Amino acid sequence: MRKILLPTMIIAATFIIVARLFYLQILDDSYIKKSENNAIKIKYEYPERGYIFDRNGKLMVANQPSYDIMVTPREMKDIDTLEFCKLLNIDKAYFIEKIEKAKVYSPMLPSVFLPQLNKREFAAFQERIRRFKGFDIVKRSLRDYQLKAGANVFGYITQVNDNIIKKDPYYKSGDLIGRQGVEEMYEEILRGVKGVKYVQRDRDNREIGSFKDGIYDTIAVQGQDITLTLDADLQEYGEKLMFEKRGGIVAIEPKTGEILALVTAPSYDPSLLVGRERSKNYTMMFNDSISKPLYDRPLLAEYPPGSPFKILTGLIGLQEEVIDTSTAFVCRHGFSYGRGAFMKCHDSGTNRLHQAIYQSCNTYFGSTFKLIIDKYPKPEYGVNAWSNHLKSFGLGDFLGYDLPPGRRGLVPTSKYYKRWYPNGGWRSSTIISNAIGQGEVLMTPIQLANMMATVANEGWYYTPHVIKKIEGKKIDKKFTTKHYTTIDKQHYKPVIDGLFDVYNRGTAYYLRVDGIEICGKTGTAENFAKINGVQTQLDDHSIFVAFAPRNNPKIAIAVFVENGYWGARWAGPIASLMIEKYLKGKVTQKAREDYILNNGLKATYDKYLSGQPFSINQAR
Amino acid sequence: MKNQKVTNNIDWISILLYTLLVILGWMTIYSASLPEEQTSIFDMSQIYGKQMLFIFLSIPLIMVILTLDAKIYDKYAFIFYGFSIILLMGLFVFGSTIKGQTNWYSFGGFGFQPSEFAKIATSLVLAKFLSDVQVNLKTTNHQLIAFAIIAVPVGLILMQPDAGSAMIFFSLILVLHREGLPAWYLWTGALAILLFFLALLVKPVFLIAFVAIGILVQFFLSRRMYRNPIISAFVFVAMTGFILSVDYVYETVLEDHQKDRINVLFDKNVNQKAEGYNLNQSMIAIGSGGWFGKGYLEGTQTKGGFVPEQHTDYIFTTVGEEWGFVGAIVVLALFVTLLLRIIYMAERQKSKFSRTYGYCVAAILFMHFFVNITMLIKLFPTIGVPLPFFSYGGSSLFAFTILLFIFIKMDANRVNEW
Repeated sequence: MRKILLPTMIIAATFIIVARLFYLQILDDSYIKKSENNAIKIKYEYPERGYIFDRNGKLMVANQPSYDIMVTPREMKDIDTLEFCKLLNIDKAYFIEKIEKAKVYSPMLPSVFLPQLNKREFAAFQERIRRFKGFDIVKRSLRDYQLKAGANVFGYITQVNDNIIKKDPYYKSGDLIGRQGVEEMYEEILRGVKGVKYVQRDRDNREIGSFKDGIYDTIAVQGQDITLTLDADLQEYGEKLMFEKRGGIVAIEPKTGEILALVTAPSYDPSLLVGRERSKNYTMMFNDSISKPLYDRPLLAEYPPGSPFKILTGLIGLQEEVIDTSTAFVCRHGFSYGRGAFMKCHDSGTNRLHQAIYQSCNTYFGSTFKLIIDKYPKPEYGVNAWSNHLKSFGLGDFLGYDLPPGRRGLVPTSKYYKRWYPNGGWRSSTIISNAIGQGEVLMTPIQLANMMATVANEGWYYTPHVIKKIEGKKIDKKFTTKHYTTIDKQHYKPVIDGLFDVYNRGTAYYLRVDGIEICGKTGTAENFAKINGVQTQLDDHSIFVAFAPRNNPKIAIAVFVENGYWGARWAGPIASLMIEKYLKGKVTQKAREDYILNNGLKATYDKYLSGQPFSINQAR
Repeated sequence: MKNQKVTNNIDWISILLYTLLVILGWMTIYSASLPEEQTSIFDMSQIYGKQMLFIFLSIPLIMVILTLDAKIYDKYAFIFYGFSIILLMGLFVFGSTIKGQTNWYSFGGFGFQPSEFAKIATSLVLAKFLSDVQVNLKTTNHQLIAFAIIAVPVGLILMQPDAGSAMIFFSLILVLHREGLPAWYLWTGALAILLFFLALLVKPVFLIAFVAIGILVQFFLSRRMYRNPIISAFVFVAMTGFILSVDYVYETVLEDHQKDRINVLFDKNVNQKAEGYNLNQSMIAIGSGGWFGKGYLEGTQTKGGFVPEQHTDYIFTTVGEEWGFVGAIVVLALFVTLLLRIIYMAERQKSKFSRTYGYCVAAILFMHFFVNITMLIKLFPTIGVPLPFFSYGGSSLFAFTILLFIFIKMDANRVNEW
């Protein structure tokens, strides 16, 4: 017994030690991580973000250097806070707050202390950085915008927040990420891949060479340049035309689905969201709930489409064979479509399709719509057939463009009406306002422009997109796949002829442009808003859609001007100017251009906020 | 008989193990103390260069020990002992103080630590005393003498103060037990240590209740004739008193750094940058080794110098980091084999003197090995004792070499006894 005590103790102790080592070295891998935090410093090399060009190769978005001061809390030592704050022109509260925040993120990893110094601030700090242990400077690139337009298309660059860091391990505190617009959609292409360098260090934080001779190091991959389908001049011009107006312009090249201009108004200079003023400016714009400059109207605003919708009513009527080009309806400044129900019209006489389009006759399209729905034994079937046609134009759903998805718009189906009329009793006459784009149907400007492109193409469209080229890479296949509508090609011809005469004989007669055959359609949409909780009718929206030239169309356009009254008042001239600008490169209608560039609807918008009763649809 | 070669009957297995440990030790020290610019391995300005010198100096030392007559240890045990006591006392006059401990004589660049040699002398005297045929450890007088032999150097070393080295001497209790010391000493000691740590972890009330239940169970389970309520009550009172005094001892007797080390072990308010730094870094270095380690000379923690005292008391962290679990097992296996070999050799001695001395060697080496490694992996409070043959230092290498080779010489000489 006495002989075996010591050997037993030795063996038992060894087993305990081995078990403990097994736990520490094999089972618990937290020590590997700790060791890396401890002894290996990761240094990032940030690649320059890719440039953005317009369709003509004009540089729109470039970069400028910027310097961030980073802090690693654990390495801070003997900082003369007063001197430090003075040098960087910050107060002590900011200093303490930032350090606390950095500690929460990680005591061992660098976080941003003060972002985006300019060159002068950088130089001053760089001189004395040795005295501030734990502080570091990282060079990044910031956007440098070459034009004062396109902010809604470009999006902006911002520092990643904690949610993003948690979700995507690529991003570390202080990294930049694209938000909104193409900066977000093409983030991975534009940003490139940052380089990683593992540096071994000793306990005093001195670098003692690369870790394992750099076998884990990676070189930064430059961001790729991208070319957009945007025409920089047209985009800039569009934004100028929207002076003191609200609304949107979308111009698409019908043959390719390329977006030529995507204007929201009011907009802002993209360089407002660069640099240290970024967050201040952003907050200011974010809180502007009146003019909402961050609200990308072409994609987000769902408007009643108004008269341009008659194009679709006509096409569906033809396809459903409830009318043909010789079908005529009698209009007596409107027509009665049910007991005591009368739809007003500014027109009178006997109209066939052609005339009905350029005269924008409510009676004609109301009657057509009624025939479409009533063709079927039940209104449910009629409405579904009707909405299926609409959906083939990409309406009522996300179009799938390479920008933030925007809104669906609304194409009502039988389901929709069943929800509103749970006991039934609805029929064609109940929903007849849809015939002229005034009922439940809602469209975003880009949907309307795409509809126009589809009409120009006589029955097909490509998904609208802003990407034209990515350095050495083909663009997404979905942008080169044709979508066909349910309307046969032969039905477009008469409608297009009608649209052509809108300029020649109809509602846009005064908007003709020398040497360009334009097909268009005016629209004037009634609309309502809650003012102080009261549903109030506002001035009509001024709407215009067009494509040109008539043969071989190169541009399809939709223009919304909120509360601009009738279509040819604001939207029409804007569309004409845009078309001329794009097709000719210069504008001959100088007087009109001057007027549009210098006049707006400020008075109209102000009156809604004045709190006083106001009258609407009063032309000066 | 007289013209025997010194190599006759020598236990080559233990010499081989010793050699392997010393070589591995040097390699590890080399890695742990490698400067940025590589120099010759004999560079005397570098730690590994000095250790190389110590290793070379050990060779003549070993030759001398193996050549000397084994009888001198028996004969002059008391003289060695007396000499080492004088050296320990002399420290208070001539010693150098490092980090508050006066435990070195320094000669030029080299140091000499008498407590290392006191272990040898104490072992020899203990062996000498126990080998006397008249000595019986069952008697209180002899027990007291044996304890006194150990207590004198322990007392002097505690005054330096060097709790770590003093603690090593307690391993000699195991030797006394082997030679007949009643077992209850061991159990009482083990129980006291256990209760001490438990008292720091658990509220005294619970611990006392637990002890009471234990004693009651023991009382009723034992046969009626052995039941003695008075003794049971006495044991209970003694243990309760002990438990209640732990807090007092902890607060007043232990020094701050000793308290810290206990707190670190139990994760009580530990600041990982201050008192917890060493242990934390040690665990990180070992824990990041994985199965096969980061490779020789590739340890990031070792290279970065995160682990303090890495070439001395913390040398095993480099083994753990660079050679991983597998490497650590190999080193542990070498130690255990050597320890078991020494015990085996001790048991085959014909003279009680050699056997007891062999046991002392095994017990001292084991204590060093156990305390050193368990403190690195948070199984034991941090106590600064070197890892035999591995840790850097001339004094400790020479002392362990002498300690071991005296026994190897005795073992080689065993046939000449009678």
